[in-house]
Amino acid sequence: MATNGNGARTLTLDQIRRYQRQIIMPEVGSIGQRKLLDASVLCIGAGGLGSPSALYLAAAGVGKLGIVDFDVVDVSNLHRQILHGNKDVGRPKVESAADTLRDINPDVEIIGYNEPINSENAFDIMRDYDVVLNGSDNFPTRYLVNDACFLLGKPLVDGMIFRFEGQATVYQPGSGCYRCLFPSPPPPGAVPSCAEAGVLGVLPGIIGSIEAVEAIKLILGEGTSLVNRLLLFDSLAMEFRQVKIRRDPTCPLCGDEPSISELIDYEAFCGGPAASALS
Amino acid sequence: MSIRVRVPTPLRNVTGGLADLEATAPTVLACFGELETQFPGFSDRVLEENGEVRRFVNVFVNGEDIRFLDGLNTALKSGDELSIVPAMAGG
Repeated sequence: MATNGNGARTLTLDQIRRYQRQIIMPEVGSIGQRKLLDASVLCIGAGGLGSPSALYLAAAGVGKLGIVDFDVVDVSNLHRQILHGNKDVGRPKVESAADTLRDINPDVEIIGYNEPINSENAFDIMRDYDVVLNGSDNFPTRYLVNDACFLLGKPLVDGMIFRFEGQATVYQPGSGCYRCLFPSPPPPGAVPSCAEAGVLGVLPGIIGSIEAVEAIKLILGEGTSLVNRLLLFDSLAMEFRQVKIRRDPTCPLCGDEPSISELIDYEAFCGGPAASALS
Repeated sequence: MSIRVRVPTPLRNVTGGLADLEATAPTVLACFGELETQFPGFSDRVLEENGEVRRFVNVFVNGEDIRFLDGLNTALKSGDELSIVPAMAGG
């Protein structure tokens, strides 16, 4: 970015050309575009949800995107994980994602973390980001990311998918969290894995895009976020609904008398990864 | 008029694939009992052995979490919508 005579950063001509369709909207403008360029978002996962989220955030000009994923691209990912292509099979997802995102928008700094996020590294990875966007595929990571975001005071844009159905919400520290909504994970072994249950390839495109919208709204300070609302999407019925999420005063993390003040062993807490409850 | 029950994907294998059910019971608990008679196994999937709602499942009446209403004793009336929302982890 260039600077004007007062030292304030202005948009370059290239940036004005690239982002003109969103700059001309009053909710964005050049000030909003600068907010996006100065902002950082950490995407947990470069899979079904992380793919559309990261693509749209990069295209929108979010200045720094972190991508955490320790997996490699498998051909069975490609029906939904649109960050990756045939040529990427066998490559680490963070490398494939970084190449795709840099091609979409070289204006964006991409930082890949080719490692599992866990209680040891979560704070270090998350600390430098303004917003965390959840695209993880298992319960231990979901509780870990929730707890770490609350303890670091960061907003968490959350999404989850199962077959033809998805959910999305935003947790702002102090306004309720994932533990308020789901105090405990389902018992281990009681639920099929994501690979067993299946998912419509387009579905994460919709939920992940909604997550990107919510992250952009948080950065811009515009609109009404999904805080305290859980958006439910059923693609078979082609219907969106919403239910209320409340902060639970008895929540062990964000309640009135919290018992969790540091990250715990989430694999032990959850008894292993799982895709959905109830099945 | 009756109560509309919204069934999430993971529960539809006990409802014969139905996503929408109708009930007439006066409370949430009675509603689950009513659905159990039509779809054996329904209640077990939503309730613990001790009779409480499973902690990875939420039940909403007209969009309000029953934990912040009267729990399983929350009253139902014609026209209400009861939603069962389980935790999902897929990404």
